[in-house]
Amino acid sequence: MLRIPCPFCGPRDHSEFSYEGDATVKYPALDASEDEWFEAVFLRDNPRGPHRELWHHLYGCRAFLIVERDTLTHEIRGARLAHQPTAEALK
Amino acid sequence: MSGYRLADRGLVDRSRTIGFAWDGRTMQGFAGDTLASALMANGEHVVGRSFKYHRPRGVMSAGPEEGGALVTVGAGARREPNAKATQVEICPGLTAFGQNAWPNVRFDLGRVNDLFNRFFAAGFYYKTFMGFGRGTAEWMFFEKLIRHAAGMGSASREPDPDSYDIVHDFCDLLVIGSGAAGLAAAELAVAEGLDVVLVEQDFALGGALLGSAETVGGQPARAWVEARIAALNGARVLRRTTAFGLYDTNVVGLYERVTDHVTNADPSLPRANLRIVRPGRIILATGAIERPVAFGNNDRPGVMLSGAMTTYVNRFGVAPGHVAVICGGSDSVYADAIALAGAGIRTMLLDARETGPAALAAAASAAGVEVHPGYVPVAAEGRGAVKGLQIGRFALDGHVRAERSLACDCIGVSGGWSPAVHLLSHRGARPLWNAEMACFLPGSIHDGIGVAGSVAGVWRTGDCIAHGQAAAAEAVTALTGRKPRAPQAPAPGGWTNPIRPLWEVTVPGRKLKSFIDPQHDVTTEDVRLAAREGYDSPEHMKRYTTLGMATDQGKVGNVIGLALLAQALDQTVPETGITTFRPPYTPIPIGAFAGRARGAHWQAVRQTPMHKVQADAGAVWLDAGLWKRAWYHPAFPGETLGDAYVREAAAVRRTVGMVDVTTLGKIQVQGPDAAEFLNRVYVNGFSKLPVMKCRYGVMLRDDGIVFDDGVTWRLGENEFMTTTTTAHAATAMALLENLLQTRWPELRVHVASVSDQWGGVAVAGPLARKVLEAVIQGDVSNEGLPFMGIIHARLRVADGEIPVMVARLSFSGELAFEVYARSGHCTAMWKALRAQVEAHGGCAYGMEALGALRIEKGHLTAAELDGRVTLEDAGLGAMASKVKPYLGMVLSRRPELTRPDRPKLAHFHPVTEGEKFRIGAVVCEEGNVKGHGIGWITGVTVAPALGGGWLGIGFVRGGYKEWQGRQVVIADPVRGSQVLARVASPHQYDPAGERMHG
Repeated sequence: MLRIPCPFCGPRDHSEFSYEGDATVKYPALDASEDEWFEAVFLRDNPRGPHRELWHHLYGCRAFLIVERDTLTHEIRGARLAHQPTAEALK
Repeated sequence: MSGYRLADRGLVDRSRTIGFAWDGRTMQGFAGDTLASALMANGEHVVGRSFKYHRPRGVMSAGPEEGGALVTVGAGARREPNAKATQVEICPGLTAFGQNAWPNVRFDLGRVNDLFNRFFAAGFYYKTFMGFGRGTAEWMFFEKLIRHAAGMGSASREPDPDSYDIVHDFCDLLVIGSGAAGLAAAELAVAEGLDVVLVEQDFALGGALLGSAETVGGQPARAWVEARIAALNGARVLRRTTAFGLYDTNVVGLYERVTDHVTNADPSLPRANLRIVRPGRIILATGAIERPVAFGNNDRPGVMLSGAMTTYVNRFGVAPGHVAVICGGSDSVYADAIALAGAGIRTMLLDARETGPAALAAAASAAGVEVHPGYVPVAAEGRGAVKGLQIGRFALDGHVRAERSLACDCIGVSGGWSPAVHLLSHRGARPLWNAEMACFLPGSIHDGIGVAGSVAGVWRTGDCIAHGQAAAAEAVTALTGRKPRAPQAPAPGGWTNPIRPLWEVTVPGRKLKSFIDPQHDVTTEDVRLAAREGYDSPEHMKRYTTLGMATDQGKVGNVIGLALLAQALDQTVPETGITTFRPPYTPIPIGAFAGRARGAHWQAVRQTPMHKVQADAGAVWLDAGLWKRAWYHPAFPGETLGDAYVREAAAVRRTVGMVDVTTLGKIQVQGPDAAEFLNRVYVNGFSKLPVMKCRYGVMLRDDGIVFDDGVTWRLGENEFMTTTTTAHAATAMALLENLLQTRWPELRVHVASVSDQWGGVAVAGPLARKVLEAVIQGDVSNEGLPFMGIIHARLRVADGEIPVMVARLSFSGELAFEVYARSGHCTAMWKALRAQVEAHGGCAYGMEALGALRIEKGHLTAAELDGRVTLEDAGLGAMASKVKPYLGMVLSRRPELTRPDRPKLAHFHPVTEGEKFRIGAVVCEEGNVKGHGIGWITGVTVAPALGGGWLGIGFVRGGYKEWQGRQVVIADPVRGSQVLARVASPHQYDPAGERMHG
């Protein structure tokens, strides 16, 4: 069981969260080129080692978190709010 | 009891005699006995039959590594197979049976399998009989016979009558194992104020010390254990609890047996607790497991682990026999021999080493043990039980020459010790081979875990205690920063003379039957066969031979198998590799993982606030995800579904009907940028939607496929309520949150689910307005409430008025309204509307009629929007905005998604009246009924509004325009039907929408 340190709720089991994909993907503008959208939607790296992932605290505060996880060891090095304005307001 | 119970020793309570049943016979043991010790005390040496060969088997160990005494415990629904008699605590009324034998374990007809053992060598499933004939019939026939003859106990086929609880637990320090190291660790941690949980799989604390005659800290081992237990004040001590798995972030799974050992247990108690523990730190003090030695007939009843013999003598007060031979190659066997001799058993000791430890040898001789340095066991003699042991010496070629036989009735064996590193392996930590001690030691250990005692290859009791204290001090420092006084962690080792690892005894020119996995009947020859046939990786060898795949998961045999494989390949053990241990450490009933989530508690049941009022009126329910939705409302008891839905749908077309639409997802979207947000999310525009108007919208996924549809209500300049399909209520909410938090953080929008806050009823039919006029205080005229308009109003109910929102929406194609009220008002709303609907000649309708109406009208549901369909496919291409971008727009224009011959929405009418097809059927061209066809059917109904026959909705290549006037075959290859059908526009019913707009 992974434990994810939610900035709002504290350390929680991963079963409270849903995995929402690669947090390093930059989505293009809605009217960007097909190539840019193709890249963002379909092409993924498969890194071995530290990685940034999106996790949704579905059965908690419903915040989207950027979780740093090592894909090799499953070690979770930290989690922060994906929503930058909220993160800054909380500083 | 027989002559095996020793008069003067053991920790069993001789004042408490316990009766139990073994294979239908009544026997007695003492409180504190395991089933294994009680059977031994009763002189029952043959307690099981082996998996393939039906060889007689006896007790081989005193713990969870047991490979011989596998028994079935309990009867009826509580029958549990393959329990290890060494772990079953006896209690009054315990019923146990030998297994894999007929008529019983002492006289088993299946033993003829042993004569044919050459057919059952490793991999026999894959090759034996394969050459017979050309077909597989013969193979199937033989396989059936073999499967019947081979096997273990059989589980009950009845539902598990017991309950299990799942407990979520936390502590500062979890200590696993209560031997010398574990007790010492727990004591120090408790003294330092930590919240400690100590778990022990046995029913008694003390580990190896329970069977030890040694002096610890100046007192007998037993007294030392008692003193430590007394000092554990405040710790949570869980006996009968197995740490079965160690998982990521050091979460530990514990299985705590609560009532297995209790006769007539309180039925309110669970059988067991599955504890999911998240400890701050963990100390593994899991000890080491002794390995047997592979020699001829080493599975005969009477052959057991040397240390287990000591345990039976000292802990249970049971003699394993009257004349014993102990065989080994390390110092540990001397204490065993001395313990047996001290109990009056005539004992001989074979030490594989030419030079043993002088002091221990002298002590053994003084205790009356006959010591034979340089000797090893060759083959056990005797058929049903051990009658003697042929012994021999190693020659220079590494093989053994047999010399002579010793008469004996039990043989203790020790091939060395394997630290119980299983839990570390669960986390992926690879153990390291220590050639000097011939065992795997813990390798790199994850943060937060300490090891103490013989799991780390620390053999001497005093060192184990120091190790426990050192590990606990490290944990205290990590958790609190304090540095308690504690000894240094000792280095691995502690034997006076090095071990001579004893894997297998081989004699040139003789075929010995030497078992390394008694549970699966795997022999040393099987391992060599696997190596010869190319299965030279441990993982392949393991699967080919099934070594270590039985219920003990290779606790005793894996290391021997690995060593033999390495020998066969002329490699060292680390070159050959290791096998990975996976959870669970010991078998766990599947019910423990279900906990209370079974039967009605398997998953949540969602009921709308109008559930009861509909149920009281006789509604029949349909499961839609977690929801209960009214399927139909019988007009009289026993009305069939087919009759009811046609009647209900007809009422909607002719007069008026009402349906509970509460299960739709409802999301409040608020904020200055709410309209902009919806503009981006939906393919169509929302910024110009007037306040108090609603609009149908469709959302795409990033890849351009339709995600969901629904109606959005604009309740204010900056406030919307958007509805989703029932199926996508949760996922649509998550998507909106995702977009706002990760992709468009600049938008000032807040979304909140209000699905449970509002309940809704759709009132549909030509008389719908009349129904509303009768109960609503508000203007519901065509001017006051035009199509897609919204009003706030009040609804008269039995004892007053309730506030409602009314929107003029139609899913059925008729004049229709959706009335929404707060959940708490919904029952009153339903009653008030139903009274008026019925007064106007209408009725309530359910999902089946709703489906019929929408299929006739050609409206979409999740059945059509199945994740493969584009906007164009669904016939909604015209909705897409041409003036603003939207989610999924770019990729929806990919060539493959815009091909004109994609399957598109259509209606299907059977050509022959009365013929019927089903949902999921494949649409094919005439004369070309094969494969995936050219379309599929998503909904079927009787369609009174379109001629009364059967009507299907679905998809066909190119859409209905391509097929107008042409016929297709609707094929159902699974059910074997083919129906000729005509394709039509999905918008046949009131295509101009005059009825909805009227």
